[in-house]
Amino acid sequence: MKINNVILRTVAKLVFFIILTLAVYLFFAGHNSPGGGFSGGLVLASALVLLFIVFDIETIQKGIPIDFKLVAAFGAFLSVGTGFGALVFGENFLTQAFDYFNLPFFGEIELTTVTIFEAGVALVVVGVVVTILLSISEDE
Amino acid sequence: METLVTILAGVLVTVATYLLLSKNLIRVIIGTAILTHAAHLIIMVVSGLKTGSVPIVGEGDPVDPLPQALILTSIVIGFAVTAVSLVLAYRTYQEVGTDKLDELRGDPDE
Amino acid sequence: MSTLVLAIFIPFLAAALIPFLYKYLKNIHVGWFVILVPTGLFIYLASLIPTISSGEAIVQTMNWIPSYGIDITAYLDGLSLTFALLISGVGALVILYSIYYLSSKEPIGTFYTYLMLFMGAMLGVVMSDNMLVLYVFWELTSISSFLLIAFWYQRKRSREGAKKSLIITVSGGISMLVGFIMVGTMANTWSIREVIANVSAISEHALFIPAMLLVLLGAFTKSAQFPFHIWLPDAMEAPTPVSAYLHSATMVKAGIYLVARFTPVFGGEAVWFWAVTGVGIFTLFWGSFNAVRQTDLKALLAYSTISQLGMIMSMFGMGSAALHLGYSNESMVYTGATFAALFHLVNHSTFKGALFMVVGVVDHSVGTRDIRRLGGLITLMPITFTIGTIGSMSMAGLPPFNGFLSKEMFFVSTLEITEASFFGLGTWGIIIPIIAWVASVFTFVYSTIFVVKTFLGPYKEEKLEHPAHEPKPGMLVSPIVLGLLVIAFFFMPNVVGNHLITPAMSGIFPTFAAGGADFGTYIHAWHGFEPELFMTIGVVLFGVFLYFTRKYWSGVYNLFPEKRSINVFYGFVLDQIEDKSTVVTNKYMTRYLRDYMVYIFAFFILVIGGTFILTGAYRFTLPENAPVSGFEWFVVLAMAVAAITILFAKSRLTAIVLNSILGFGIVILFVLFRAPDLALTQTIIEAVTTVLFLVAYYFLPEMEKEDAPKKQKSVNLLIAIGVGVVFTAVALGVQGNKVFDTISTFFENSYELAGGKNMVNAILGDFRAFDTMLEVVVLLIAGIGVYTMIRVKAKKESDQVEDK
Repeated sequence: MKINNVILRTVAKLVFFIILTLAVYLFFAGHNSPGGGFSGGLVLASALVLLFIVFDIETIQKGIPIDFKLVAAFGAFLSVGTGFGALVFGENFLTQAFDYFNLPFFGEIELTTVTIFEAGVALVVVGVVVTILLSISEDE
Repeated sequence: METLVTILAGVLVTVATYLLLSKNLIRVIIGTAILTHAAHLIIMVVSGLKTGSVPIVGEGDPVDPLPQALILTSIVIGFAVTAVSLVLAYRTYQEVGTDKLDELRGDPDE
Repeated sequence: MSTLVLAIFIPFLAAALIPFLYKYLKNIHVGWFVILVPTGLFIYLASLIPTISSGEAIVQTMNWIPSYGIDITAYLDGLSLTFALLISGVGALVILYSIYYLSSKEPIGTFYTYLMLFMGAMLGVVMSDNMLVLYVFWELTSISSFLLIAFWYQRKRSREGAKKSLIITVSGGISMLVGFIMVGTMANTWSIREVIANVSAISEHALFIPAMLLVLLGAFTKSAQFPFHIWLPDAMEAPTPVSAYLHSATMVKAGIYLVARFTPVFGGEAVWFWAVTGVGIFTLFWGSFNAVRQTDLKALLAYSTISQLGMIMSMFGMGSAALHLGYSNESMVYTGATFAALFHLVNHSTFKGALFMVVGVVDHSVGTRDIRRLGGLITLMPITFTIGTIGSMSMAGLPPFNGFLSKEMFFVSTLEITEASFFGLGTWGIIIPIIAWVASVFTFVYSTIFVVKTFLGPYKEEKLEHPAHEPKPGMLVSPIVLGLLVIAFFFMPNVVGNHLITPAMSGIFPTFAAGGADFGTYIHAWHGFEPELFMTIGVVLFGVFLYFTRKYWSGVYNLFPEKRSINVFYGFVLDQIEDKSTVVTNKYMTRYLRDYMVYIFAFFILVIGGTFILTGAYRFTLPENAPVSGFEWFVVLAMAVAAITILFAKSRLTAIVLNSILGFGIVILFVLFRAPDLALTQTIIEAVTTVLFLVAYYFLPEMEKEDAPKKQKSVNLLIAIGVGVVFTAVALGVQGNKVFDTISTFFENSYELAGGKNMVNAILGDFRAFDTMLEVVVLLIAGIGVYTMIRVKAKKESDQVEDK
């Protein structure tokens, strides 16, 4: 049975970018209000899952030719790597640093190594969730 | 509220235990998922409920943030556990042709 | 880091590097790199000889687990140095030999990794001052020995031999550990030096004798003393360089080292004396007696090794008598035995190493080690013959070889001990020299067999795999070096005596050294016409006689048939253990998940519930509850109903929808409980989980109705309710008894400490980032697990590498 899902697809395309924006917002908001690496990563993953459900897998993989296993591996590397980064500066493993900077145009802004760590977390979440779902659904 | 939620968690544990004892793989997996829910609730309850505001600086006297951090970790791990057991179940079904645990016992001489 | 500690760890570092060298340097035999390690260590250790022989000891410490008093303390005195030089020196020669023995087609990368692992472990054993560290290295030698014996794991006999050696030596190791713990508790320290210094404080302790016996059990199993010797002949399945190195020159001497090291602690006790001397002297006899009946050259050498180890062991036992008497001029007589033991230890490594290498050369050249097929190789392999003869004559205790010197000293000691009047030696002492002499006659016989059967007599080419020829010159270098040492030690024994053995003696007899004793025994080749010389002459005469009349007395061996041997008993016990445990295990391991769950839950109910009732912890003083609004009542009731309905769900789709209701109910509760982060995460997880279930359902069959018997169902229900009740009761009890203050006030400063206003996130990303990092890794592993489970499917036909 082939159902006409033009509306669904159009809406999905639009919603995808809204969810994507939400994911990015949540990721950066996590430092001072609800959100963070886990939520951001999960929202991003759910956006991708929406696309996979609405369209078929082949189409999406053509559009987004990313190997999500590598994304997950890279994320884990990033998280563990920030831990070792602290060692380079003679601190204990996984010590995070933060400071406030005055940048032109942005004004005062806080930059922290937690963000890198959280980015790793988010990437692992995205990579693993998508890998799991894709592996199952691509199986014969 | 605390007593009420504790009893709810107890009900969830009872249901989860019964499901874990059944011989159908899907029931067992759903059982583990429900057990996770119960654990989350009880961690929340033990720290006290609604004793303050959200754990964000500047929002007033906050509730205990530590249980929340523990539960957040647990939620994501719980998902991973469910995913792995589901895949294990269906791969087993593909290879062996059954999802009933009493039929998965195999030959004792193997 | 201190150099001495580093010296222990260099072989381990090399072991880690070898696989890469082996993989990327295809053209060069990896052994050429490996050989640098022992050579370097040998040179380094040799440079320490002047310091050590002046009577000093080097101590260097690296902290490991300071809170338990466990440190890696490298302690180098004369005794350690003697062993360490043997380990690195023989190690270098063996590796040189193995370069020619093992072709590059074998997995030599693995081989050298194991060998380096062993070398490091062995250095650790002889240089550790801490008993627990010593134990760790001790077991590591057993493990590397296991790996090396099973190097040709395709052969069933290799695997069996490896298994046997592991079981026996590791069991001994564990008993040794228990002994160490006893000693450590008595002396309140893990340091061997401190134990020795306070020995008088522990010698009256009730655990003193049990600790001694347990430590001895470790030493006896490792050094293949009767009745634990059965693993050593089977270990000969290892490649010959391994046999030469581990199973004759070094590892089996770890037990001897242990006995020597602990002589100042336990020596002087009658139990120690009789256990060490008695077991040693009987092993000496039993090994030599059995060596004569062997037809495989390596088996012959294995029994010979057992016998020689027994001899060294018995000499340490006899030497310990001196400690019983305390330092005086009379007691110094007995220390001669210990001196002889150390000297023979070095000698044995040289001649037995050479002999093993000779066997390897013969095996490599003609393809067999069976003396019934060998013969007449003297003209075809003259160099090999010469080395073999030197080694054998030294083994038999003939001049002009080093074995003669230590054998004579051994005879002297056995005679002196008969004159002692303590330990009941007045009555029983006389049997020691008699057994020693009989065993020496057998030693002479098997040494003769080794030379005559291999090299003399008719050459039988039709029985050999390949025609005989001398091997590549490189393969002969190591045996030649060892053969030359055998002769050199005869002519210059005092070089070894003064520089290594005398300082080692002060380590074994610290009270004597403190009293100003001079251990500088001068070793003479010629003593004049003393009893020991007549004993040697007697050995030769009787040995020759027995060799030629072998045919007539070999019926003696029928008294010890194979089916009543210790080996068969060992196999029987092992089979029985396996059978009985299989029966017991099958009783409760039903391979049915439900049964296992029943065990777990029943245990939970009984133990947790039981404790709860017995300790009277069921006083529920409910704290002031937060108020419940009508909406909250509704959510909680809806969740409870959804949960119970899952039990009756007929289709799997209903079940998963109900599960979602539970999940979103929790989301609402999280919101109510002031946990926005959790609510957010749980929402998305719930959505993704539902998708996951739906996708997986595509592959899974419809959930069938639970058709378990009624009785089983009611048991399940009973257990479920029991678990639920215990859980609720404990949870309520916990809330009423808050013993500790919350630690969360610390995290409430997240803005100052971590620069973030969201406390939950600050905990995850900063305060407890280690948890989060590992969680991420777990998640990644789960992802990889799912991917591999689906994508990597088992091949139907697996390669059969193992023979039957």
